[in-house]
Order: sequence, then C-alpha cells, then structure tokens
Amino acid sequence: MSNTVFAPWDDPSEQPLIKFENVTKRFGSFIAIDDLTVEIYEREFFALLGPSGCGKTTLMRMLAGFETPSQGVIDLAGQNIATVPPNLRSVNMMFQSYALFPHLSIWDNIAFGLRRERMPKDQIDERVSEMLRLTRLAKFARRKPHQISGGQRQRVALARSLAKAPKLLLLDEPLGALDKKLRQETQFELMDIQEKTGTTFVIVTHDQEEAMTVASRVAVMDHGKIIQIATPDKIYEEPNSVYVADFIGDVNIITGTATPSGDDTYAIQWSEDTAPLTAKSAIPFSTGDNCHVAIRPEKVAISADKPSEATNAVQGKILDIAYLGNSSTYHVELPNGAVIKAQTANTRRISRRAFTWEDTVWLSWTATAGVLLAN
Amino acid sequence: MRRFILIFVPYVWLIALFLIPFAMVLKIALSDIAISIPPYVPQFDWAEGIRAFLAQLDLENFTWLTQDDLYWKAYLSSLRIAVIATTFTLLIGYPIAYAMARAPTEWRPTLMMLIILPFWTSFLIRVYAWMGILSNEGILNQFLMWTGLISDPLVILNTNTAVYIGIVYTYLPFMILPIYSALERLDASLIEAAEDLGCSRFSAFWLVTIPLSKTGIIAGSFLVFIPTLGEFVIPSLLGGSDTLMIGKVLWEEFFSNRDWPVASAVAVILLLLLVVPIVLFQRNQQKQQEAEQ
Ligand SMILES: Nc1ncnc2c1ncn2[C@@H]1O[C@H](COP(=O)(O)OP(=O)(O)OP(=O)(O)O)[C@@H](O)[C@H]1O
Ligand SMILES: [Mg+2]
Repeated sequence: MSNTVFAPWDDPSEQPLIKFENVTKRFGSFIAIDDLTVEIYEREFFALLGPSGCGKTTLMRMLAGFETPSQGVIDLAGQNIATVPPNLRSVNMMFQSYALFPHLSIWDNIAFGLRRERMPKDQIDERVSEMLRLTRLAKFARRKPHQISGGQRQRVALARSLAKAPKLLLLDEPLGALDKKLRQETQFELMDIQEKTGTTFVIVTHDQEEAMTVASRVAVMDHGKIIQIATPDKIYEEPNSVYVADFIGDVNIITGTATPSGDDTYAIQWSEDTAPLTAKSAIPFSTGDNCHVAIRPEKVAISADKPSEATNAVQGKILDIAYLGNSSTYHVELPNGAVIKAQTANTRRISRRAFTWEDTVWLSWTATAGVLLAN
Repeated sequence: MRRFILIFVPYVWLIALFLIPFAMVLKIALSDIAISIPPYVPQFDWAEGIRAFLAQLDLENFTWLTQDDLYWKAYLSSLRIAVIATTFTLLIGYPIAYAMARAPTEWRPTLMMLIILPFWTSFLIRVYAWMGILSNEGILNQFLMWTGLISDPLVILNTNTAVYIGIVYTYLPFMILPIYSALERLDASLIEAAEDLGCSRFSAFWLVTIPLSKTGIIAGSFLVFIPTLGEFVIPSLLGGSDTLMIGKVLWEEFFSNRDWPVASAVAVILLLLLVVPIVLFQRNQQKQQEAEQ
C-alpha cells in the first residue's frame, strides 16, 4: 500500500464514479431532492447524514434505478443511467425496510442474486457460506425471515446485498438495529471488504460516530440539499454552517457581532455585561457582521480558579452534570443566562470528582478552539 | 359455562345442518325404490323394531352405480369440466386481481364493488341472460354478424363452451377476491429487491409475486373447483345433451326418474369425493393463518 492519502476529490484528473448534476426529484409538488450536485469517486466510502425525511433514501433509490430524476442527470462511470433498468445496473442496494423474501430461507435469500447470474452451484455455496460467516448467521441459514430477530434480519439484508460484490453498494441504514459491539465489528468488516474488493459504498446512517469511523467523506443533507461535503475531521472541526456544526456532535453556539482585531482575529461582542470573546477565522468578517462561534464542549476547559493565560474565560455556576462513563459534560450557566457545555475526560473515579452541582467554576478556551460561522 | 357454550354451539350447528341431513340422505341411499309416498322403503316403524328396519337396508344402489357406466363417466366428466373451468377462471382472474392490487388506492373500493355487484341480482337471471347472449339469434352472434366477422351464427349455446363461459362468469369473484387480498398485502419493495438483485420484470413476477400469492391462488381455485364439481344449474341451462355432469345426473334421478335411493347414493359419493379438496382447502387456509401470525 502506498502512503499517499486517499483523496481523489482533490485530484482534478480523477473521474468520479457517480455524478449527480443538478438533480431534482419531485413527488407531486413536494420537492424531495432539490437541485443537487455531487460527485462520488471510486473506492469511496461515502456517508449520507441528515434528519429524517431529508431525501437520503430517495437519493439512493435514484442510484439503484427505482426513481427517475424529475430534472438533471445522473452519470455512473461516465454513462447516463436514466435508461438503464435496475437489474442491469451493477449496483446493489440494502433496503431500509430490509425487503427480505418471506417465502425463502435465509440461505436462499442470500443466494438469490447469485442464482440470477447463473453462477455455478458450488461457487454459490461457497459465496453464501462466506456471507453467512461474515454476518454470523450460519446457524440460521435454514430459517425463514420471520423466524429470526430484527437485528439478524438486518444482517441478512446486508449479506444479501454484499453477496454479488457489485461495483457500487448502497446501504440504507445498514447497522441501525445492531448492538453497539456488533455494529462496530460490522463496521470494520465493511471497511475490510471495501479495502479488499475496492467496492464503492454509499451509506446512510443516523449514527454520526459510525459516519466518522467508516466514511472517506461525509455529506450532511437537509431538505433535499447537501449542506456540506467533507472528510469526517473537516466536517467536525470546520463545519461550514451552524446547521452542520449542530447536526454533527455536541456544540456550543455563541451568537454575536464581529469586529476585526488583528490578523484573522476578531473580537466578538455577544453580551452586554461580559468582555468580548476572541476567535480566529479564515473567513473574513467586517465590523458589525453577525457571527456565530461554534465551540465543541471538549475544547472548553473547566477549572476552579481563573486561568491566568486563557484567551477567553468566563465564570459560571454548574447547572447540570451528564455522566457519560468515560467523560462528563458540565452544563454551566453564565451570569447572563447562557448555558455553555464543557466536557472533560473522567480520569478519576466519580467519587473523587473535582466539581459538583452549584459550584462556581471558570470556563476557558483558546482563540482557535471555536469556528466562526456567518450562518 | 361460557367455554362450554362456545364449544357447544358449533357442534350443534354441525349436527343440525350437516350430520342429520347427511344421515337422512345416507338412509335413503341404502333403501329401495318403491311406488309410494315417499318413494322408497323401508319406513321406520316402531312396531317392527330397529333390528328389522336395519336388516332391510343394503348397498344395492352403490353396486348399481358401478354397474351402469353412466355414473362414473359423469363423475369423471364433472371432474374434467371442473378442472378446466377452474384453470380458465384462474387465468382470467389472476390478471384482474393483479390489476386491482396495483390500481391507485382510492380506486380499489370501486373496483371491488364492480366485482361484487353481480351478486346483487339473482344467479338464475344471470344464467338466463347468458342464454340470451349466446343463442343463435343472441346478442353475440348478432354483433359478430354485424361486424362482418362471420356470416353464419356460431353455435355456442347448448355446448360445453357455453358451460365453461357460464362457470367462469359465475365463479370469477371467488377466484379474484382471495388472490387480490394476497397481492394487496405484498410489499412492493420485495419486487424492487428482486430487480435490484438481477431479476427482469417477468422473473421478479415469477419468483416473488407468484409464490407470495400462492395461498390466494390455492384458496381461489378450491372455491371455484368445489362448487363447480356438483354444479347443476349451469350445465342444465347452458349445456347440451352431451354435457355430462354429475349434478345434472343427480337432478334427473331425483325428478325425472323419481329414483330417490339411487339419487341419494350419487349424492353420497359426490360428497365423499368433495371431502378431499375441502380438507386440502382447510389446510391451505390454516397455513395462511399461521403465516400471518
Ligand atoms: N413515493 C413518494 N411519494 C411521495 N413522497 C415521497 C415518496 N417517497 C419519499 N417521499 C418524501 O420525500 C421525502 C424524502 O424521503 P426519504 O425517504 O428520501 O427520506 P430519508 O432521508 O430517507 O428519511 P429517513 O431518515 O426517515 O429514512 C420525505 O418527506 C418523504 O415523505
Ligand atoms: Mg430513509
């Protein structure tokens, strides 16, 4: 393996595998996908994130061939796929509803697609057994779908879509019904498959941690539009809007007006009785511009005494403590009523925790801890 | 007490409406023809006692059924007509049920109404109407001659063709409704999944739609086959002299020959023949109920 970073989207000479060009999908007068343009590259693990009803499934169904765009063009490997029926696309989809065939056993469900290819029987046997092993379903091979649990059904659906090893695999919430441990193991299996076969994955998930773990890039959608596409770390560290910052992970949003105060540095007036905050930003703001500072709770330090060298420091009272096991989130109320969340790792036992309810504490963060956003 | 009633009621029902009539018919089948009212002997007489009464019963009529080849030919012919008619009904009913299940949801009640509507007029009137349509001077022949497709009227009435038309027409709803209810429940995403995995439209239909509507197909086929086997009105009114069906034979034994004992023997055998498909039908229904749970 080479050490170059996998980033075909930064390479102008790369041709995307999938290209949506100004695609709009309407159901009657309802716009499910709104003038969407996106390019997905070969070998990518592309994650779609967004609230319920934002059009993720619709996007996938257009790729699989079950919906046609009302407007715009979808190219797959340089070819417009508008006229290619679903059975002739080398695309497989795992349905959000699983869509397992109730009259067939688990084994036959997984073999279904292979049989359509007229694969020799011994090869089918081998491939199905491999899929059963991968998804830990070997024990249930002879059962019918209604005789297994919801999580097992989800794994059957996954195995069935993986079996044909297609060029493009569409997974609509593939792991939602699995427990955390199994989900993590399956995530690594998926990444492993992707590594070995070079399949391109498009995956819908409601679990941002999952998106962060598996994805090469993440697209955050809202109301049929893509708000931001970026690598997981960029999405997390450099969201382009309050919407994305808020959707991915926990965040403190402080709204105020910006005044330039130096090199890429701004003073943000946000409350009458507190000193302005200082934040750095690559995006320029003019004096008096409205802006939002987005700061992740783990980037806010909490201390009993005022830190001597902090760029930004505010005092407040602990309102609430959310114990998350490996970390705790403190909700601190400032004198002006704003609540700021600060997260610290629990390196000590809970009984020896330094702060408790109603304690007065100092919160502090650096100038680069937060992202300055216009909207 | 409530449990007792719950179990008791169906048994009373079964005994009153099935076992008692069946015992009566069986008794007549074991009797001999006589010129009297009612036209058979023995009649039960308290004075002679039950032993003497039973001694007079014999299987003579059943033996007779095996001797005259009219009867087994009629049974076989009924069986053949029932099988063929059921097949036609299935071939016509399935596409109709399929189209209904695919129709926009708001149309479905109307379509269902159209299927059930004919039941609101008398069955006999509808069969007579077919006589008016199929006869040599009937509407169909007049129409065909008007279009110039034929110059001489087609002889349809009083042939087996007319019997098939009558049976298919009469029993079509019994085929459509169970198939429709199976197809309506079918999840459309299963067809999409099949296509996604490489099926053409047709093979998705064959590999997914047909197997998943199987219980509907079986139920519908039995609902048509069972009554058709003993059908008597349709072959009598629409069929010809060469249309041989056991229902018709039964009717003639009863009313033309006034041979109640032989007619009863025919009926008993018919009933025994029907036990097989009825049991199979029950099995199918049970399986379907289990699958739904
Ligand atoms: N066949 C259809 N007819 C009408 N509206 C539809 C149809 N399919 C989807 N929609 C609408 O389009 C929007 C997007 O649906 P979609 O299934 O793509 O959402 P999603 O992002 O997958 O949501 P979820 O996370 O809940 O699965 C929804 O508001 C939905 O109601
Ligand atoms: Mg969805």
